[in-house]
Amino acid sequence: MSILPQLAFVLILGAAGLILRKRILFLKRNILLGKDETRNDQPNERWKTMFLVAFGQQKMFKRIIPAFLHFLIYVGFLVINLEVLEFVLDGILGTHRLFAPLLGGAYTVAINIFEFLAVAVLVSCVAFLIRRNVMQVERFTKPEMKGWPAMDANLILVIEIILMFAILTMNATDQILASRGDEHYLALGPLFFSRILQPIFMGLSDGALVFIERFAWWFHIIGILAFAVYVTYSKHLHIFLAFPNTWYSNLKAKGEIQNMPEVTQEVNMMLGIPVENPSAPPAEIGRFGAKDVNDLSWINILNAYSCTECGRCTSECPANLTGKKLSPRKIMMDVRDRAEEVGKSIDAGGPGLEDGKSLLGDYISKEEINACTTCNACVEACPVNIDPLSIILQLRRYVAMEESGTPAQWNAMFQNMETSFSPWKFSPSDRFNWSEKVKEEEMK
Amino acid sequence: MAEMAANGQSPEVLFWVGCAGSFDERYKAVTQAFVKILNKVGVSFAVLGPEETCTGDPARRAGNEFLFQMQAVANIQVMNGYEVKKVVTACPHCFNTIKNEYPALGGNYEVIHHSQFLQQLINEGKVRLLGGGEFKGKKITFHDSCYLGRANNVYEAPREVIKALDVELVEMKRCRTKGLCCGAGGAQMFKEPEAGKKDINIERTEEALATGAQAIAVGCPFCLTMMTDGIKNKEKEAEVKVYDLAEMIAKDMGI
Repeated sequence: MSILPQLAFVLILGAAGLILRKRILFLKRNILLGKDETRNDQPNERWKTMFLVAFGQQKMFKRIIPAFLHFLIYVGFLVINLEVLEFVLDGILGTHRLFAPLLGGAYTVAINIFEFLAVAVLVSCVAFLIRRNVMQVERFTKPEMKGWPAMDANLILVIEIILMFAILTMNATDQILASRGDEHYLALGPLFFSRILQPIFMGLSDGALVFIERFAWWFHIIGILAFAVYVTYSKHLHIFLAFPNTWYSNLKAKGEIQNMPEVTQEVNMMLGIPVENPSAPPAEIGRFGAKDVNDLSWINILNAYSCTECGRCTSECPANLTGKKLSPRKIMMDVRDRAEEVGKSIDAGGPGLEDGKSLLGDYISKEEINACTTCNACVEACPVNIDPLSIILQLRRYVAMEESGTPAQWNAMFQNMETSFSPWKFSPSDRFNWSEKVKEEEMK
Repeated sequence: MAEMAANGQSPEVLFWVGCAGSFDERYKAVTQAFVKILNKVGVSFAVLGPEETCTGDPARRAGNEFLFQMQAVANIQVMNGYEVKKVVTACPHCFNTIKNEYPALGGNYEVIHHSQFLQQLINEGKVRLLGGGEFKGKKITFHDSCYLGRANNVYEAPREVIKALDVELVEMKRCRTKGLCCGAGGAQMFKEPEAGKKDINIERTEEALATGAQAIAVGCPFCLTMMTDGIKNKEKEAEVKVYDLAEMIAKDMGI
């Protein structure tokens, strides 16, 4: 046999590896545009969260139908990738179904399981295409989904359908060849799903079948490698990033907003409270709050790259539900898109962050962030523990403390708080007046 | 508090009244109801009175971290000065801020919401409900406050308090972790909403009305205002009342 296919395979595998490496470094650099933040506390709790939420899909099951369909695709992805191991070894060694002789009857069982999952993935992807394009589920039709995001989602589903068909076609033709006594092809036990496709190919010559079988094999493996590269350009990155993203979840009470120690120092000095290490030079303060992606934490940007644009956040957001512009999903997409833009610019020798644009203003408007009620519905809804609220609040801090650009009514509230220590304009000395009525009643 | 401290007494718990509880005409009734319950039961408590200031919650959520910390640090100094150990409050925003955000600034207290406190008092048999009061057998729905529920995972205490009144507790379609905000959190209480097709409190009120409940129970001053406004907007004031948990308990105790 010619060694050419093996050589070609190794070359393709190597090229895919190189492209992937470049893409992964690009994404890593973009994520690390964000500020340092250490979040390694409670490792046991973190592993548990990752196991339940990412691996176990716990939060997906709040909506049972998409959760079930998604679960089939997810299990299919995990399990069918075991077969890819055989594909790769066969490709390198020039063998065919390397594991079949080793596993005996168990191999047929395994292939049947793969085929079942392939069909399950196929059916689920078709159902998802229908949900998106025919039923037009509301969260998939929001303004931020127009154009590329909608196309991206459909492409992923179509690619997955084609890849599954390739597996089934390969097995169907493979077994026809085996039944015709071709030595290269091993007869396995009955394959219950690909058998259904066999009548389509029965009339073909051996040569044609070998061509189709080989074509399907190459198509499937190259398809998977190409898809792996595509994923790095796509919202589909969640299949990998969901794991680190849930590991780095915020484990604190959702209501707690992160403290700004650099402000504490100044406040203590203003109030005449002794400051720790007063002689130390004041820490380098870049900017209060966030104007651009580099002001956010790297975990915020990891969140953005982990977002698969499912829109469960937006569909639970009280502001969005009542027609305001705010959409938590769009916040995440904007952060990702801005990080991409900056990353690309840096790679092209361009100005990077200094391109005259910024996350706040060019991507996210004040109208959007001002509409947030900080209710945490988006955080609760996210199946992979993304925190859009953290980003919204950092943007608000920039607007309030660097631009003094908060809405007039909020400025009035600030003033009341400064002068009468309450968001409403009441005299502080009247704070205890409510007690008079109680005293009166109890005197009776 | 100042009085007790001067007499060398230290109360079991500090009742954090909050700005709404001190100044809001409607919410003052909740403060009064809660204090009457505490007095009736004989809980040793104190309030800060004029020494209390806003916790800073709306300032922090509107982005003004300086103002938040000014308020917070001042409050912490006062509370630490009195060696406060335990705080109870009827406002989920104050509850969340003091419980979760003051520790980073040096304020460490055991903080509970009045729904949890009431539940404890009921469980311990200290609050004795007469039953058969005006709520008996009525349909009541509970509106989850974001800062009690999602923010701090307190979902059951307010429900237990309501159930103790021998009423029929009916849930809205969106409840507990999926509860819909009243629209006032995140400093929205202090400004007009952005342009949209509806106000959030109207959406929530419609959901509450759909349960057929005769009363909406809340555990938050902002929610109380928003839901009351929603009911007014729907012209249902005669049929549906909005109450805070403490008011319902006080009514049932006949005080």
